[in-house]
Amino acid sequence: MTKAQSLWNHGVKIGAIGGVSVLIIALVGMIESFGKRDIISGILPMGIAMALIICILVAYIAANKTPICEKSVKFANAVISGFVTSGFLALLVAIGRSFNIRDMFVGASPALYKALTAGIAGAGGIFLILAVGLICGIFAGILIILNDLPRKLIINALATIFVLGLLQELIIPIFKSWDFGVTNYLGKLFYTQNGLTIFGTVLAAVIYCIISLLWKANQDTIKTTYKDLPKGTRKKVKTFGFFVLAVFLIVLPQFLGLFLSEVLTIVGLYILLGLGLNIVVGYAGLLDLGYVAFFAIGSYVVAILTSPEIFSFGFNFWQALPIAVILGITAGVMLGIPVLKMRGDYLAIATLGFGEIIRILVLSDFLKPWLGGAQGIGAIPNPNFMGFQMVKPQHIYYLILAGCMLVVFISIRLKNSRLGRAWMAMREDEDVAQAMGINLVATKLFAFATGAGFSALSGAIFASKIGSVYPHSFNLFISINVVCLIIIGGIGSLPGVVVGAAVLMGLPELLREFAEYRMFVYGAALVAMMLLRPEGLWPEARHKIELHGDDETQTQTAA
Amino acid sequence: MAMLELKNVHAHYGKIHALKNVSIKVNKGEIVTLIGGNGAGKSTTLKTISGTLKPSSGQVFLNGEDLAKYPAHEIVKKGIVQVPEGRRIFGQLTVMENLDLGAFTSKDKKKDAQTIEKIFELFPRLAERCRQVAGTLSGGEQQMLAMGRALMTNPKILLLDEPSMGLAPVLVDNVFKTIKILHAEGTTILLVEQNARMALKTASRGYVIQTGKVIFEDDAKKLLENEMVKKAYMGD
Repeated sequence: MTKAQSLWNHGVKIGAIGGVSVLIIALVGMIESFGKRDIISGILPMGIAMALIICILVAYIAANKTPICEKSVKFANAVISGFVTSGFLALLVAIGRSFNIRDMFVGASPALYKALTAGIAGAGGIFLILAVGLICGIFAGILIILNDLPRKLIINALATIFVLGLLQELIIPIFKSWDFGVTNYLGKLFYTQNGLTIFGTVLAAVIYCIISLLWKANQDTIKTTYKDLPKGTRKKVKTFGFFVLAVFLIVLPQFLGLFLSEVLTIVGLYILLGLGLNIVVGYAGLLDLGYVAFFAIGSYVVAILTSPEIFSFGFNFWQALPIAVILGITAGVMLGIPVLKMRGDYLAIATLGFGEIIRILVLSDFLKPWLGGAQGIGAIPNPNFMGFQMVKPQHIYYLILAGCMLVVFISIRLKNSRLGRAWMAMREDEDVAQAMGINLVATKLFAFATGAGFSALSGAIFASKIGSVYPHSFNLFISINVVCLIIIGGIGSLPGVVVGAAVLMGLPELLREFAEYRMFVYGAALVAMMLLRPEGLWPEARHKIELHGDDETQTQTAA
Repeated sequence: MAMLELKNVHAHYGKIHALKNVSIKVNKGEIVTLIGGNGAGKSTTLKTISGTLKPSSGQVFLNGEDLAKYPAHEIVKKGIVQVPEGRRIFGQLTVMENLDLGAFTSKDKKKDAQTIEKIFELFPRLAERCRQVAGTLSGGEQQMLAMGRALMTNPKILLLDEPSMGLAPVLVDNVFKTIKILHAEGTTILLVEQNARMALKTASRGYVIQTGKVIFEDDAKKLLENEMVKKAYMGD
């Protein structure tokens, strides 16, 4: 290989990877279906924004991976990568316009070409794509050359604009619901019917820059002032922080409309599930893929006990709840006993089977007289709290919030307990844990039981929230979703569960277009996470050290 | 009466007859070594003592009490602690957390703190690195940690499974020095080794095990001079 070739190698190779990625999202129809919503009104549709982000990101990576430290080479590689990436799209448009490839790729429609070329017919559109790719590359190249501070500012300001545009449906109703003159005015200033206004875009970027510069200038002072505070005061500041958070969580549904509160309850239920599975997978290291079984058990117990449809036990929600949780725990132990000796993949497969068994049981005709079969059980009454009927999602929200608080509290206590230490040892090395005098049987069963109990609690609330239960609500995907949210959030981390649930469950609800590509996006997100941030979005302190090394310990070793 | 006694122990892995009529005695305050080649049954013997593998016939006694009825984690509480082969420290936890887990069966925090002090005296390197992630320690330090972790329970008898495995010669010397110090402090030790020469120099008595049978049993000094043993295990 000549020297010149090896210099451009990275740009071409990584640019091609970017090109294939962009092709895929174009051909599965994502660019087109995301094109209906604008990030910046009339200028930048969301689909195009995604393609641009990929193009810039890939160019940036290409430049970053270039081992030669001369900035000009890095810059050139970024430009080449951007050009190569856009080349794939240009080729797609060129081919697609002359031949009909829709038989193979349903997404390859004239509307896609129109979106990609901004409606310019002929060679002009193709040149436009290539020019935009080149600009993306140049932009990424400039980012590489810049110093840390301006680079971070630009990237984060763009991210802010993207997020503001992405979440417009979340933000606009909040502006509207307050119905003050000011908020209405603000709403109109920033947003049109579809996307940010140009003025709003610039303003958001400027505001972000000002705030982050202010923070940058003062963060050291603020941090040292906080550190210098006496211990008692620091504790007070922390308590005050928790207090503010609590008030925020309590008043939250009052500002959000019906729809957003509904999204919040879905996220909340998944947080409950995630916290439970976090104990099994994160603390004890047992990969359980049949976790939905306990969710189903919790739901069905509440349904059978409270609904008049099959039996008329006439229990209310509060009487049924503890029974549901206890039966969930029992089921957890019953699943645990046969799989005690299994590890890793084998355990995952066995538990996967258990989850399916429960779903098929409730679906079966044989058990129909007791469990309702495919028709499920309906007419589950809403929970009643001291004479107050919890009907709206805003009401259920408080029930879920209380559940989450309880479960978080239990999780924290367990983690620092003797049992928590036993889990930690077992996760690291089962044989040695036993040699340290840890009772593996009890420790494993406790993990399964605790996780199952939390899951059943979530299921119980789910049943009374929806008002009916059907076998198909308890399919494998729920288990997979929960495992995904734990991995994306950060295994073993409680805030990670919350972040993971919000990202994986909340975002698809807010972005209707995502729904169709949910599994695709999950897969892509998991791969991206494993490559870029294997410790999760909000990792537990320990995992961060493992995967990235701790500077402190490294210097210690060196010394 | 012997502190630890294996009486006519047979053990099986499925159909494989791994231990054939093994009888071993360890008296209080002794270092006894069990030497043998790969697959001779050394680790299996330790497994039957620590309860992870139940003998198919024969008994294991600790101070005259049959251990058959106790599960593995209860046997630890009885005072038999094993340092596993290949060290097997908790690589992702800190040194301190490793030691802390060693004291899992203990409920007396004050005593644990004293034991840690003692262990840090014995292995000053561990004290220096007590907040470091154990996986980043060197091999010799990891062996120290594995021994320290086992000592956290103040065991009556310490089972060492090939402590010199995979260590540089200098570090091997260190390990055997430590074993002598522990012995001088009154710990009873059953040492399983492939490094027969070092093991026999350190121990007071020795057993030679081959294909699941004990073929020699004598004072360590005599075994060192035994022609068969020399030929088979010391390469002379």
